Amino acid sequence: MTRYRWRGIALHAVLVLALLVFMFPFVWTIIMASNTTADIYRFPPKFTFGGHFGDNVRQVLDNVAFFQSMANTATVAISTTLLVLFFDSLAAFTFAKFRFPGRNALFVILLATMLLPAQLSAVPQFQTMALLGWVGSLKALIIPGAANAFGIFWMRQYFQNSIHDELVEAATLDGCGFFGTYWHVALPSARPALAFLGIFTFVGSWNDYMWPLIVLTNPNHLTLQVALSTLNRSHGVDYSMVMTGALMAMVPLVIIFGIFARQFIKGATEGAVRG
Amino acid sequence: MTSTATVPAAATEPLTGRGQRPGRRIWSYWRFYLALSPFYILFAVFGLYPMLSTIVLAFQRWDGLSARRFTGLGNFEFLVHDPTFWTALENTIVLFFMSTVPTLVIALLLAVMLQSAVRFTNVYRIAYFIPNVTSLVAMAIFFSSIFSTNFGLVNAALRSLGIPQQDWLGQPWGIKIAISTMIVWQWVGYNTLIYLAGLQAIPKEQYEAAKVDGAGPVRTLFSITLPQLRPVILFTVVISTIGGLQTFTEPQVMVGNSGGTGQSGMTVVLLFYRTAFLDNDYGYAAAIALSIFLLVLLFTAINWRIFRGRSDDR
Repeated sequence: MTRYRWRGIALHAVLVLALLVFMFPFVWTIIMASNTTADIYRFPPKFTFGGHFGDNVRQVLDNVAFFQSMANTATVAISTTLLVLFFDSLAAFTFAKFRFPGRNALFVILLATMLLPAQLSAVPQFQTMALLGWVGSLKALIIPGAANAFGIFWMRQYFQNSIHDELVEAATLDGCGFFGTYWHVALPSARPALAFLGIFTFVGSWNDYMWPLIVLTNPNHLTLQVALSTLNRSHGVDYSMVMTGALMAMVPLVIIFGIFARQFIKGATEGAVRG
Repeated sequence: MTSTATVPAAATEPLTGRGQRPGRRIWSYWRFYLALSPFYILFAVFGLYPMLSTIVLAFQRWDGLSARRFTGLGNFEFLVHDPTFWTALENTIVLFFMSTVPTLVIALLLAVMLQSAVRFTNVYRIAYFIPNVTSLVAMAIFFSSIFSTNFGLVNAALRSLGIPQQDWLGQPWGIKIAISTMIVWQWVGYNTLIYLAGLQAIPKEQYEAAKVDGAGPVRTLFSITLPQLRPVILFTVVISTIGGLQTFTEPQVMVGNSGGTGQSGMTVVLLFYRTAFLDNDYGYAAAIALSIFLLVLLFTAINWRIFRGRSDDR
């Protein structure tokens, strides 16, 4: 018995150590954000929380259009997520439950698009944005990502396993049209899958960096990630201030992740094992 | 695929309002095509068209302002003789191994331990996963601060142990270590949970049988756990490959667009970004983009081959 107990303690010791390593950057970020750079960059550095958080926040707000960037990021992330949820689930439902000419070919094309790296289209895409007059606009971030292959693939699998054909048939006989069946039968039953796809899309959009960096050309009209990188480039030596900005950019996402963590982790790991 | 094929035709017929007529015209299915159209239209405009243009552009010289000039294989000839491209390719592959190998090994060990833990498993899961959803830019700034030369935390730790300080972000290996440390930190948790899900799918009877046969923990690991986990391991290797070959944000934020000292943080995607959007050398950038695509295909094929080859052995 005692042997098992010691093994259990050793096991949790390692797991807790790993947890501390994973959490350390967040703790250290908060310590940096609440001290002055001079406090952190001395030997030995200060390891406790300080009282300079307010000053650092004020400096961040002076140096970048933080709230504007936050509003831009939220606009992009929310619009992208809603559009993706709607378009992806509609397409997925169609693929999962109906037969029509060309269905298999269209699905193979969909899968193939997942192999294409983003860089392959970045240059001409920038030209397209210039042509449409979308350079510097949030539309350039929202519209191209409004539907994606991964989400359709993911939702299709869910619809196949969770909605019985009889249910679709019954709804049809009740006079629900195709779109009615989607709206009244398919969508309500897909809540867990929608929750995962939604948070996955939101996180990806919130953290997206390369394309916003390319297409957002007005320094007063950026997303958080680009603003943060600009702040780092111009005030890189003032780590306390820059880390305060980083902290402010991370907090909303950490809260949202905290709310949906279980569903998200379940969704993110399930696909790998099943696939 | 197979389960959809069993959908009774009757389920779809009334939806189109065309009854059971056998020779249905293609336009009677318009609702389905309409439902699928957003993805395909967006892909055509923002995926397919730019991709084809990239292929054309790779055979041209263009600075974005003057007229495009056709140069045949000029960009590719330049690419083959461009030392920066080879440096970037080497860095990308070295970084890929330096980050992927430790990530997957640590993840596997943690997953095995997490599986035998009974309590707090949800706390561990959530805490392990958080790095994966954290902003890359914020964390790249964080890691460049702890690896900073004069007062960074890593050097403070070395100094307290009596080891001389290192100019981490000022020397080739330091840059690579800093970048791969960040990638490992960000991806261990994700892969741990993937492996954990894979471990939990292994039938318990196999372990019981091994126990009856007197197999120890090491033996069990190599004869049951790892073989059973192979498809999941392949998945994580493929995901790591696709992500690793496209490393951009970490070096771009940590050492800048130049790739740092000796260009040792220059990756292929960073070179692409710089060539296209800072040097406005669009034709050459397109050639680099094509080479990245080929690289991803090649590495995915290699992974696939290793996997297929092994399962034939069994």
